[in-house]
Amino acid sequence: MVTTTEKSAIIRMFHVHKRYNTKQALADITLDIHKNEFLFIGGPSGAGKSTLLKLLYLAEPVSSGQILVDGMNLSRIPRGRIPFLRRKFGVIFQDYKLIPTRTVYENVAIVLEACGQSRGVVEKKVRNMLRVVGMEDRLKAYPPGLSGGEQQRIAVARAVVGDPDIILADEPTGSLDDESAHVIFELLARFYLRGATVVVATHDRSLIGSAIGRVVHLREGRLDSGSES
Amino acid sequence: MFFHIRKALTDIRENRFLNTVTLFTISLCVLNVCAFCLLYINVQDMFDNWKKGLRVMVYLTPELTDARRQEMTSQLKDMKDVQAVRFISKTQALALMKERMPRQTSLLENLRENPLPDAFEVTLTPQVHSPGKMESLAKTIESLAGVSDVEYGRPWIERFSRFFNLFKLAGYGLGAIFFMATIFITANTIRLILYTRREEMQIMRLVGATDSFINMPYYLEGIIQGGVGGLVGIGLLYGVFSLMGDQFRETLSAEMVKIRFLPLSICILMVCGSMATGLLSAFFSLKQFMKR
Ligand SMILES: Nc1ncnc2c1ncn2[C@@H]1O[C@H](COP(=O)(O)OP(=O)(O)OP(=O)(O)O)[C@@H](O)[C@H]1O
Ligand SMILES: [Mg+2]
Repeated sequence: MVTTTEKSAIIRMFHVHKRYNTKQALADITLDIHKNEFLFIGGPSGAGKSTLLKLLYLAEPVSSGQILVDGMNLSRIPRGRIPFLRRKFGVIFQDYKLIPTRTVYENVAIVLEACGQSRGVVEKKVRNMLRVVGMEDRLKAYPPGLSGGEQQRIAVARAVVGDPDIILADEPTGSLDDESAHVIFELLARFYLRGATVVVATHDRSLIGSAIGRVVHLREGRLDSGSES
Repeated sequence: MFFHIRKALTDIRENRFLNTVTLFTISLCVLNVCAFCLLYINVQDMFDNWKKGLRVMVYLTPELTDARRQEMTSQLKDMKDVQAVRFISKTQALALMKERMPRQTSLLENLRENPLPDAFEVTLTPQVHSPGKMESLAKTIESLAGVSDVEYGRPWIERFSRFFNLFKLAGYGLGAIFFMATIFITANTIRLILYTRREEMQIMRLVGATDSFINMPYYLEGIIQGGVGGLVGIGLLYGVFSLMGDQFRETLSAEMVKIRFLPLSICILMVCGSMATGLLSAFFSLKQFMKR
Protein backbone atom coordinates (compact mmCIF):
# COMPACT_ATOMS: atom_id res chain seq x y z
CA MET A 1 0.00 0.00 0.00
CA VAL A 2 2.81 2.35 0.91
CA THR A 3 4.59 1.54 -2.33
CA THR A 4 1.57 2.33 -4.49
CA THR A 5 1.23 5.66 -2.70
CA GLU A 6 4.85 6.47 -3.42
CA LYS A 7 4.49 5.60 -7.03
CA SER A 8 1.50 7.79 -7.70
CA ALA A 9 2.56 10.75 -5.56
CA ILE A 10 3.20 13.79 -7.75
CA ILE A 11 3.95 16.02 -4.77
CA ARG A 12 5.68 14.80 -1.62
CA MET A 13 6.41 16.94 1.41
CA PHE A 14 8.69 15.68 4.19
CA HIS A 15 8.80 17.46 7.54
CA VAL A 16 8.46 20.83 5.94
CA HIS A 17 8.83 23.92 8.13
CA LYS A 18 8.32 27.49 7.06
CA ARG A 19 9.17 30.53 9.13
CA TYR A 20 8.68 34.17 8.17
CA ASN A 21 11.24 35.89 10.35
CA THR A 22 9.99 34.84 13.76
CA LYS A 23 6.52 33.75 12.68
CA GLN A 24 6.18 29.99 12.27
CA ALA A 25 3.76 29.65 9.37
CA LEU A 26 4.09 25.91 8.76
CA ALA A 27 5.42 23.25 11.12
CA ASP A 28 6.43 19.71 10.28
CA ILE A 29 4.18 19.14 7.29
CA THR A 30 4.45 15.67 5.78
CA LEU A 31 1.99 15.18 2.98
CA ASP A 32 1.68 13.24 -0.26
CA ILE A 33 -0.52 14.51 -3.04
CA HIS A 34 -1.30 11.89 -5.63
CA LYS A 35 -1.41 12.12 -9.33
CA ASN A 36 -4.89 13.06 -10.54
CA GLU A 37 -6.17 13.77 -7.07
CA PHE A 38 -8.68 16.46 -6.10
CA LEU A 39 -7.41 17.67 -2.75
CA PHE A 40 -8.94 20.27 -0.47
CA ILE A 41 -6.83 22.07 2.08
CA GLY A 42 -9.11 23.56 4.68
CA GLY A 43 -8.44 25.60 7.75
CA PRO A 44 -9.10 28.99 9.30
CA SER A 45 -7.58 32.23 8.12
CA GLY A 46 -3.88 32.42 8.92
CA ALA A 47 -3.52 28.65 9.18
CA GLY A 48 -0.86 28.59 6.46
CA LYS A 49 -2.80 27.38 3.43
CA SER A 50 -1.43 30.00 1.04
CA THR A 51 2.04 29.50 2.43
CA LEU A 52 1.87 25.79 1.67
CA LEU A 53 0.96 26.46 -1.93
CA LYS A 54 3.68 29.12 -2.26
CA LEU A 55 6.30 26.60 -1.25
CA LEU A 56 5.18 24.33 -4.06
CA TYR A 57 5.55 26.82 -6.88
CA LEU A 58 8.69 28.25 -5.33
CA ALA A 59 7.38 31.70 -4.52
CA GLU A 60 8.91 31.10 -1.10
CA PRO A 61 11.78 28.85 -0.02
CA VAL A 62 11.27 26.24 2.70
CA SER A 63 12.98 26.85 6.02
CA SER A 64 13.67 23.16 6.45
CA GLY A 65 12.40 19.85 5.11
CA GLN A 66 12.13 18.54 1.58
CA ILE A 67 9.59 18.87 -1.19
CA LEU A 68 9.53 16.66 -4.28
CA VAL A 69 7.47 17.63 -7.30
CA ASP A 70 7.30 15.01 -10.01
CA GLY A 71 10.47 13.49 -8.58
CA MET A 72 12.41 16.78 -8.52
CA ASN A 73 13.76 18.03 -5.24
CA LEU A 74 12.79 21.69 -5.06
CA SER A 75 15.72 22.69 -2.87
CA ARG A 76 18.15 21.28 -5.45
CA ILE A 77 16.60 22.66 -8.58
CA PRO A 78 18.93 25.00 -10.53
CA ARG A 79 17.74 28.55 -10.95
CA GLY A 80 17.41 28.21 -14.69
CA ARG A 81 14.99 25.30 -14.35
CA ILE A 82 12.56 27.12 -12.05
CA PRO A 83 10.44 28.59 -14.88
CA PHE A 84 9.98 25.11 -16.33
CA LEU A 85 8.93 23.73 -12.96
CA ARG A 86 6.42 26.53 -12.63
CA ARG A 87 4.91 25.62 -15.97
CA LYS A 88 3.75 22.35 -14.44
CA PHE A 89 1.53 24.42 -12.19
CA GLY A 90 -1.46 26.55 -12.98
CA VAL A 91 -1.87 28.82 -10.00
CA ILE A 92 -4.97 30.79 -9.07
CA PHE A 93 -3.49 33.33 -6.69
CA GLN A 94 -5.50 34.49 -3.71
CA ASP A 95 -4.81 38.09 -4.72
CA TYR A 96 -5.24 37.26 -8.45
CA LYS A 97 -1.91 38.84 -9.46
CA LEU A 98 -3.18 40.28 -12.70
CA ILE A 99 -0.96 42.78 -14.48
CA PRO A 100 -2.87 46.07 -14.17
CA THR A 101 -1.31 47.66 -17.26
CA ARG A 102 -2.12 44.75 -19.57
CA THR A 103 -5.49 43.91 -21.06
CA VAL A 104 -7.50 40.88 -20.02
CA TYR A 105 -6.44 39.16 -23.20
CA GLU A 106 -2.75 39.89 -22.67
CA ASN A 107 -2.91 38.76 -19.07
CA VAL A 108 -4.15 35.34 -20.06
CA ALA A 109 -2.04 35.08 -23.20
CA ILE A 110 1.22 35.68 -21.38
CA VAL A 111 1.35 32.12 -20.05
CA LEU A 112 1.28 30.68 -23.55
CA GLU A 113 3.57 33.31 -25.03
CA ALA A 114 6.15 32.55 -22.38
CA CYS A 115 6.14 28.94 -23.57
CA GLY A 116 6.74 30.13 -27.10
CA GLN A 117 3.41 29.13 -28.60
CA SER A 118 2.46 30.65 -31.93
CA ARG A 119 0.23 33.66 -32.16
CA GLY A 120 -2.66 31.82 -33.76
CA VAL A 121 -2.68 29.06 -31.18
CA VAL A 122 -2.45 31.58 -28.36
CA GLU A 123 -5.37 33.55 -29.70
CA LYS A 124 -7.57 30.48 -30.12
CA LYS A 125 -6.84 29.09 -26.67
CA VAL A 126 -7.20 32.40 -24.88
CA ARG A 127 -10.50 33.28 -26.53
CA ASN A 128 -11.82 29.84 -25.81
CA MET A 129 -10.83 29.95 -22.15
CA LEU A 130 -12.24 33.44 -21.66
CA ARG A 131 -15.49 32.24 -23.13
CA VAL A 132 -15.59 29.36 -20.66
CA VAL A 133 -15.25 31.74 -17.70
CA GLY A 134 -17.77 34.12 -19.26
CA MET A 135 -15.38 37.00 -19.97
CA GLU A 136 -15.13 36.83 -23.75
CA ASP A 137 -16.67 40.29 -24.18
CA ARG A 138 -14.09 42.00 -21.95
CA LEU A 139 -10.94 41.07 -23.86
CA LYS A 140 -9.71 44.63 -24.13
CA ALA A 141 -10.58 45.71 -20.58
CA TYR A 142 -7.89 46.37 -17.99
CA PRO A 143 -8.03 44.53 -14.64
CA PRO A 144 -8.47 47.64 -12.46
CA GLY A 145 -11.69 48.32 -14.35
CA LEU A 146 -13.15 44.93 -13.45
CA SER A 147 -15.09 43.76 -10.41
CA GLY A 148 -13.42 41.40 -7.94
CA GLY A 149 -15.35 38.44 -9.27
CA GLU A 150 -14.46 39.28 -12.85
CA GLN A 151 -10.81 39.56 -11.94
CA GLN A 152 -10.98 36.22 -10.23
CA ARG A 153 -12.41 34.62 -13.35
CA ILE A 154 -9.55 36.05 -15.40
CA ALA A 155 -7.13 34.64 -12.86
CA VAL A 156 -8.76 31.23 -13.25
CA ALA A 157 -8.59 31.45 -17.02
CA ARG A 158 -4.89 32.28 -16.87
CA ALA A 159 -4.19 29.41 -14.47
CA VAL A 160 -5.73 26.74 -16.67
CA VAL A 161 -5.14 28.06 -20.18
CA GLY A 162 -1.77 26.30 -20.45
CA ASP A 163 -3.36 22.95 -19.56
CA PRO A 164 -1.07 22.39 -16.54
CA ASP A 165 -0.45 19.06 -14.81
CA ILE A 166 -1.22 20.52 -11.41
CA ILE A 167 -3.72 23.25 -10.60
CA LEU A 168 -3.17 25.12 -7.34
CA ALA A 169 -6.24 27.15 -6.44
CA ASP A 170 -5.98 29.57 -3.52
CA GLU A 171 -9.53 30.58 -2.59
CA PRO A 172 -10.63 30.32 -6.22
CA THR A 173 -14.20 31.30 -5.45
CA GLY A 174 -13.60 33.83 -2.70
CA SER A 175 -15.17 36.75 -4.55
CA LEU A 176 -17.80 34.87 -6.48
CA ASP A 177 -21.53 34.31 -6.08
CA ASP A 178 -22.79 30.74 -5.93
CA GLU A 179 -23.58 30.66 -9.61
CA SER A 180 -20.10 31.77 -10.77
CA ALA A 181 -18.42 29.65 -8.13
CA HIS A 182 -20.24 26.69 -9.52
CA VAL A 183 -18.94 27.47 -13.01
CA ILE A 184 -15.39 27.66 -11.71
CA PHE A 185 -15.71 24.39 -9.88
CA GLU A 186 -17.08 22.68 -12.90
CA LEU A 187 -14.08 23.97 -14.81
CA LEU A 188 -11.66 22.63 -12.20
CA ALA A 189 -13.52 19.32 -12.19
CA ARG A 190 -13.21 19.14 -15.93
CA PHE A 191 -9.44 19.44 -15.77
CA TYR A 192 -9.43 16.90 -12.95
CA LEU A 193 -11.37 14.43 -15.09
CA ARG A 194 -8.90 14.99 -17.91
CA GLY A 195 -6.09 13.88 -15.63
CA ALA A 196 -4.89 17.01 -13.84
CA THR A 197 -4.10 17.12 -10.15
CA VAL A 198 -6.14 19.81 -8.40
CA VAL A 199 -5.33 21.33 -5.02
CA VAL A 200 -7.83 23.81 -3.61
CA ALA A 201 -7.09 25.88 -0.51
CA THR A 202 -10.17 27.40 1.08
CA HIS A 203 -11.63 28.31 4.42
CA ASP A 204 -15.14 27.99 2.99
CA ARG A 205 -16.69 25.07 4.85
CA SER A 206 -19.62 24.79 2.47
CA LEU A 207 -17.20 24.13 -0.39
CA ILE A 208 -15.44 21.46 1.59
CA GLY A 209 -18.75 19.92 2.51
CA SER A 210 -19.52 19.30 -1.13
CA ALA A 211 -16.01 18.08 -1.82
CA ILE A 212 -15.49 15.37 -4.37
CA GLY A 213 -11.99 14.47 -3.14
CA ARG A 214 -9.76 14.16 -0.12
CA VAL A 215 -9.74 16.89 2.51
CA VAL A 216 -6.89 17.86 4.85
CA HIS A 217 -7.08 20.57 7.49
CA LEU A 218 -4.42 23.01 8.57
CA ARG A 219 -4.51 24.62 11.97
CA GLU A 220 -1.85 27.07 13.08
CA GLY A 221 0.61 25.71 10.59
CA ARG A 222 0.09 22.03 11.42
CA LEU A 223 -1.82 19.30 9.66
CA ASP A 224 -4.76 18.32 11.84
CA SER A 225 -4.33 14.68 12.70
CA GLY A 226 -7.34 12.69 11.67
CA SER A 227 -8.42 15.39 9.24
CA GLU A 228 -8.18 13.02 6.34
CA SER A 229 -11.52 11.82 5.16
CA MET B 1 10.90 37.39 -32.02
CA PHE B 2 8.16 39.47 -33.60
CA PHE B 3 6.35 39.19 -30.34
CA HIS B 4 9.28 40.70 -28.47
CA ILE B 5 9.76 43.47 -30.99
CA ARG B 6 6.11 44.37 -30.78
CA LYS B 7 6.34 44.43 -27.02
CA ALA B 8 9.44 46.60 -27.08
CA LEU B 9 7.73 49.09 -29.38
CA THR B 10 4.64 49.21 -27.19
CA ASP B 11 6.90 49.77 -24.25
CA ILE B 12 8.65 52.67 -25.92
CA ARG B 13 5.30 54.19 -26.80
CA GLU B 14 4.02 53.82 -23.25
CA ASN B 15 7.07 55.59 -21.84
CA ARG B 16 7.14 58.26 -24.50
CA PHE B 17 8.61 61.03 -22.41
CA LEU B 18 11.50 59.10 -20.90
CA ASN B 19 12.32 57.55 -24.22
CA THR B 20 12.30 60.86 -26.02
CA VAL B 21 14.72 62.27 -23.50
CA THR B 22 17.00 59.27 -23.87
CA LEU B 23 16.80 59.36 -27.61
CA PHE B 24 17.72 63.01 -27.57
CA THR B 25 20.71 62.36 -25.34
CA ILE B 26 21.95 59.52 -27.48
CA SER B 27 21.53 61.63 -30.59
CA LEU B 28 23.55 64.45 -29.09
CA CYS B 29 26.34 62.11 -28.07
CA VAL B 30 26.44 60.51 -31.48
CA LEU B 31 26.33 63.96 -33.03
CA ASN B 32 29.34 65.04 -31.00
CA VAL B 33 31.38 61.97 -31.73
CA CYS B 34 30.52 62.14 -35.41
CA ALA B 35 31.31 65.83 -35.61
CA PHE B 36 34.69 65.06 -34.19
CA CYS B 37 35.18 62.28 -36.70
CA LEU B 38 34.17 64.60 -39.49
CA LEU B 39 36.70 67.16 -38.40
CA TYR B 40 39.29 64.45 -37.99
CA ILE B 41 38.99 62.89 -41.40
CA ASN B 42 39.00 66.23 -43.12
CA VAL B 43 42.02 67.47 -41.26
CA GLN B 44 43.69 64.16 -41.97
CA ASP B 45 42.92 64.60 -45.65
CA MET B 46 44.43 68.03 -45.62
CA PHE B 47 47.46 66.87 -43.76
CA ASP B 48 48.03 63.96 -46.12
CA ASN B 49 47.78 66.32 -48.98
CA TRP B 50 50.42 68.58 -47.57
CA LYS B 51 52.68 65.71 -46.80
CA LYS B 52 52.32 64.44 -50.30
CA GLY B 53 53.44 67.82 -51.47
CA LEU B 54 56.54 67.79 -49.35
CA ARG B 55 59.19 68.75 -51.83
CA VAL B 56 62.27 70.78 -52.36
CA MET B 57 62.62 73.21 -55.23
CA VAL B 58 66.15 73.41 -56.46
CA TYR B 59 66.77 76.52 -58.61
CA LEU B 60 69.69 76.37 -60.93
CA THR B 61 72.16 78.95 -62.10
CA PRO B 62 71.43 80.12 -65.67
CA GLU B 63 74.76 79.13 -67.20
CA LEU B 64 74.39 75.40 -66.44
CA THR B 65 75.35 72.93 -69.16
CA ASP B 66 73.16 70.05 -70.20
CA ALA B 67 75.81 67.54 -69.14
CA ARG B 68 76.04 69.00 -65.66
CA ARG B 69 72.26 68.90 -65.46
CA GLN B 70 72.18 65.20 -66.30
CA GLU B 71 74.81 64.57 -63.70
CA MET B 72 72.87 66.51 -61.10
CA THR B 73 69.73 64.54 -61.81
CA SER B 74 71.42 61.29 -60.94
CA GLN B 75 73.16 62.87 -57.95
CA LEU B 76 69.86 64.00 -56.55
CA LYS B 77 68.20 60.69 -57.29
CA ASP B 78 70.88 58.84 -55.37
CA MET B 79 70.27 60.83 -52.23
CA LYS B 80 68.53 59.22 -49.36
CA ASP B 81 64.84 60.11 -48.82
CA VAL B 82 64.39 61.36 -52.35
CA GLN B 83 61.45 59.84 -54.10
CA ALA B 84 61.45 61.57 -57.45
CA VAL B 85 63.27 64.26 -59.33
CA ARG B 86 61.64 66.26 -62.08
CA PHE B 87 63.25 68.87 -64.23
CA ILE B 88 61.21 71.95 -64.89
CA SER B 89 62.68 74.17 -67.54
CA LYS B 90 62.09 77.89 -67.34
CA THR B 91 59.82 77.72 -70.40
CA GLN B 92 57.71 75.10 -68.67
CA ALA B 93 57.67 77.17 -65.52
CA LEU B 94 56.44 80.19 -67.40
CA ALA B 95 53.70 78.19 -69.11
CA LEU B 96 52.65 76.83 -65.76
CA MET B 97 52.55 80.31 -64.35
CA LYS B 98 50.41 81.56 -67.19
CA GLU B 99 48.02 78.74 -66.61
CA ARG B 100 47.77 79.45 -62.92
CA MET B 101 47.25 83.14 -63.29
CA PRO B 102 45.04 83.63 -66.32
CA ARG B 103 44.45 87.28 -65.53
CA GLN B 104 48.06 88.15 -65.65
CA THR B 105 48.58 86.51 -69.06
CA SER B 106 48.93 89.77 -70.89
CA LEU B 107 51.51 90.95 -68.42
CA LEU B 108 53.51 87.75 -68.78
CA GLU B 109 53.16 87.83 -72.51
CA ASN B 110 54.83 91.21 -72.67
CA LEU B 111 57.98 89.98 -70.98
CA ARG B 112 60.88 90.31 -73.30
CA GLU B 113 62.87 87.67 -71.57
CA ASN B 114 61.90 84.77 -69.34
CA PRO B 115 62.96 85.79 -65.84
CA LEU B 116 62.45 82.35 -64.32
CA PRO B 117 65.30 79.96 -63.64
CA ASP B 118 65.47 76.32 -64.54
CA ALA B 119 64.69 74.10 -61.59
CA PHE B 120 64.47 70.62 -60.22
CA GLU B 121 61.43 69.60 -58.28
CA VAL B 122 62.59 67.01 -55.74
CA THR B 123 59.82 65.03 -54.10
CA LEU B 124 60.67 63.46 -50.77
CA THR B 125 59.49 60.14 -49.43
CA PRO B 126 56.50 60.61 -47.08
CA GLN B 127 58.53 59.29 -44.14
CA VAL B 128 60.59 62.47 -44.05
CA HIS B 129 58.90 64.95 -41.89
CA SER B 130 61.42 65.82 -39.29
CA PRO B 131 62.64 69.34 -39.86
CA GLY B 132 66.24 68.44 -39.02
CA LYS B 133 66.39 65.89 -41.78
CA MET B 134 64.95 68.27 -44.28
CA GLU B 135 67.35 70.98 -43.35
CA SER B 136 70.41 68.79 -43.74
CA LEU B 137 69.09 67.52 -47.05
CA ALA B 138 68.61 71.08 -48.25
CA LYS B 139 72.16 71.94 -47.16
CA THR B 140 73.58 69.01 -49.10
CA ILE B 141 71.72 70.01 -52.20
CA GLU B 142 72.75 73.63 -51.85
CA SER B 143 76.40 72.65 -51.78
CA LEU B 144 76.15 71.04 -55.21
CA ALA B 145 77.69 73.00 -58.02
CA GLY B 146 75.25 74.89 -60.19
CA VAL B 147 72.61 75.38 -57.55
CA SER B 148 71.61 78.97 -57.01
CA ASP B 149 68.90 78.52 -54.45
CA VAL B 150 66.98 75.89 -52.53
CA GLU B 151 63.47 76.37 -51.32
CA TYR B 152 62.06 73.80 -49.02
CA GLY B 153 59.09 72.77 -46.91
CA ARG B 154 57.39 74.21 -44.05
CA PRO B 155 58.70 73.29 -40.66
CA TRP B 156 55.30 74.05 -39.23
CA ILE B 157 54.05 70.81 -40.75
CA GLU B 158 56.07 69.14 -38.07
CA ARG B 159 54.54 71.21 -35.33
CA PHE B 160 51.15 70.63 -36.79
CA SER B 161 51.71 66.90 -36.85
CA ARG B 162 52.52 66.94 -33.15
CA PHE B 163 49.39 68.96 -32.48
CA PHE B 164 47.40 66.58 -34.61
CA ASN B 165 48.49 63.63 -32.51
CA LEU B 166 47.32 65.46 -29.44
CA PHE B 167 44.05 66.14 -31.18
CA LYS B 168 43.65 62.43 -31.91
CA LEU B 169 44.27 61.57 -28.27
CA ALA B 170 41.71 64.13 -27.17
CA GLY B 171 39.31 62.55 -29.62
CA TYR B 172 39.68 59.13 -28.08
CA GLY B 173 39.20 60.58 -24.60
CA LEU B 174 36.14 62.50 -25.69
CA GLY B 175 34.73 59.41 -27.37
CA ALA B 176 35.20 57.35 -24.24
CA ILE B 177 33.48 59.98 -22.12
CA PHE B 178 30.51 60.21 -24.45
CA PHE B 179 30.31 56.45 -24.61
CA MET B 180 30.11 56.18 -20.84
CA ALA B 181 27.69 59.06 -20.56
CA THR B 182 25.40 57.41 -23.09
CA ILE B 183 25.47 54.11 -21.26
CA PHE B 184 24.85 55.82 -17.96
CA ILE B 185 21.87 57.80 -19.20
CA THR B 186 20.30 55.01 -21.21
CA ALA B 187 20.80 52.51 -18.41
CA ASN B 188 19.13 54.92 -16.04
CA THR B 189 16.11 55.37 -18.26
CA ILE B 190 15.70 51.65 -18.67
CA ARG B 191 16.02 51.23 -14.94
CA LEU B 192 13.29 53.78 -14.32
CA ILE B 193 11.08 51.85 -16.70
CA LEU B 194 11.98 48.62 -14.96
CA TYR B 195 10.85 50.03 -11.64
CA THR B 196 7.42 50.70 -13.02
CA ARG B 197 7.40 47.14 -14.36
CA ARG B 198 8.48 45.40 -11.19
CA GLU B 199 5.12 43.89 -10.43
CA GLU B 200 4.60 42.77 -14.00
CA MET B 201 7.99 41.09 -14.11
CA GLN B 202 7.35 39.33 -10.81
CA ILE B 203 4.01 38.01 -12.04
CA MET B 204 5.50 36.85 -15.32
CA ARG B 205 8.11 34.95 -13.39
CA LEU B 206 5.45 33.27 -11.26
CA VAL B 207 3.55 32.03 -14.29
CA GLY B 208 6.65 30.38 -15.70
CA ALA B 209 8.34 32.96 -17.92
CA THR B 210 12.12 32.64 -18.14
CA ASP B 211 14.35 35.59 -17.35
CA SER B 212 15.44 35.84 -20.96
CA PHE B 213 11.82 36.01 -22.08
CA ILE B 214 11.12 38.75 -19.56
CA ASN B 215 14.28 40.68 -20.41
CA MET B 216 14.19 40.39 -24.18
CA PRO B 217 11.94 43.43 -24.77
CA TYR B 218 14.27 45.61 -22.72
CA TYR B 219 17.32 44.50 -24.69
CA LEU B 220 15.47 45.26 -27.89
CA GLU B 221 14.42 48.58 -26.48
CA GLY B 222 18.04 49.45 -25.84
CA ILE B 223 19.04 48.43 -29.34
CA ILE B 224 16.18 50.34 -30.95
CA GLN B 225 16.94 53.44 -28.93
CA GLY B 226 20.61 53.23 -29.79
CA GLY B 227 19.88 52.69 -33.47
CA VAL B 228 17.34 55.46 -33.81
CA GLY B 229 19.45 57.80 -31.68
CA GLY B 230 22.45 57.10 -33.88
CA LEU B 231 20.51 57.75 -37.06
CA VAL B 232 19.04 60.97 -35.70
CA GLY B 233 22.47 62.14 -34.55
CA ILE B 234 24.07 61.51 -37.92
CA GLY B 235 21.06 63.03 -39.66
CA LEU B 236 21.41 66.21 -37.58
CA LEU B 237 25.09 66.42 -38.33
CA TYR B 238 24.43 65.95 -42.02
CA GLY B 239 21.86 68.73 -41.87
CA VAL B 240 24.31 71.10 -40.21
CA PHE B 241 27.03 69.98 -42.60
CA SER B 242 25.05 70.71 -45.72
CA LEU B 243 23.87 74.05 -44.38
CA MET B 244 27.30 75.26 -43.37
CA GLY B 245 29.31 73.17 -45.76
CA ASP B 246 28.89 75.48 -48.71
CA GLN B 247 30.51 78.41 -47.00
CA PHE B 248 33.31 76.30 -45.64
CA ARG B 249 33.96 74.77 -48.98
CA GLU B 250 34.37 78.17 -50.55
CA THR B 251 36.94 79.34 -48.07
CA LEU B 252 38.75 76.08 -47.69
CA SER B 253 38.80 74.63 -51.14
CA ALA B 254 41.48 77.15 -51.98
CA GLU B 255 43.64 74.96 -49.78
CA MET B 256 43.43 72.22 -52.41
CA VAL B 257 41.32 69.92 -50.19
CA LYS B 258 37.76 68.84 -50.79
CA ILE B 259 35.69 68.90 -47.61
CA ARG B 260 33.70 65.68 -47.44
CA PHE B 261 31.09 64.14 -45.16
CA LEU B 262 31.74 60.96 -43.20
CA PRO B 263 31.94 57.97 -45.52
CA LEU B 264 29.01 55.56 -45.38
CA SER B 265 31.08 52.87 -43.70
CA ILE B 266 31.80 55.15 -40.75
CA CYS B 267 28.14 56.17 -40.52
CA ILE B 268 27.13 52.52 -40.39
CA LEU B 269 29.81 51.82 -37.83
CA MET B 270 28.52 54.70 -35.70
CA VAL B 271 24.94 53.44 -35.78
CA CYS B 272 26.09 49.92 -34.94
CA GLY B 273 28.19 51.28 -32.10
CA SER B 274 25.26 53.25 -30.81
CA MET B 275 23.07 50.14 -30.96
CA ALA B 276 25.68 48.17 -29.08
CA THR B 277 25.76 50.94 -26.50
CA GLY B 278 22.00 50.66 -26.08
CA LEU B 279 22.26 46.92 -25.66
CA LEU B 280 25.01 47.31 -23.12
CA SER B 281 22.93 49.83 -21.18
CA ALA B 282 20.00 47.44 -21.06
CA PHE B 283 22.34 44.71 -19.93
CA PHE B 284 23.73 46.80 -17.08
CA SER B 285 20.40 48.03 -15.81
CA LEU B 286 18.84 44.57 -15.96
CA LYS B 287 21.79 43.04 -14.22
CA GLN B 288 21.54 45.52 -11.44
CA PHE B 289 17.77 45.22 -11.31
CA MET B 290 17.62 41.43 -11.27
CA LYS B 291 20.14 41.20 -8.47
CA ARG B 292 17.64 42.43 -5.97
N1 LIG C 1 5.32 37.35 3.65
C1 LIG C 1 4.99 37.11 4.95
N2 LIG C 1 5.74 37.66 5.91
C2 LIG C 1 5.47 37.43 7.21
N3 LIG C 1 4.46 36.67 7.61
C3 LIG C 1 3.67 36.08 6.70
C4 LIG C 1 3.89 36.28 5.31
N4 LIG C 1 2.98 35.58 4.64
C5 LIG C 1 2.20 34.98 5.55
N5 LIG C 1 2.61 35.27 6.79
C6 LIG C 1 2.03 34.77 8.01
O1 LIG C 1 1.98 33.36 7.94
C7 LIG C 1 0.75 32.87 8.42
C8 LIG C 1 0.07 32.02 7.38
O2 LIG C 1 -0.33 32.83 6.31
P1 LIG C 1 -1.12 32.29 5.06
O3 LIG C 1 -1.27 33.38 4.11
O4 LIG C 1 -0.47 31.05 4.59
O5 LIG C 1 -2.55 31.94 5.71
P2 LIG C 1 -3.84 31.39 4.97
O6 LIG C 1 -4.17 30.09 5.60
O7 LIG C 1 -3.67 31.42 3.53
O8 LIG C 1 -4.93 32.47 5.41
P3 LIG C 1 -6.17 33.03 4.56
O9 LIG C 1 -7.22 31.99 4.64
O10 LIG C 1 -6.53 34.27 5.28
O11 LIG C 1 -5.69 33.27 3.23
C9 LIG C 1 -0.08 34.08 8.83
O12 LIG C 1 -0.02 34.22 10.22
C10 LIG C 1 0.62 35.24 8.15
O13 LIG C 1 0.56 36.38 8.97
MG1 LIG D 1 -4.43 32.44 2.01
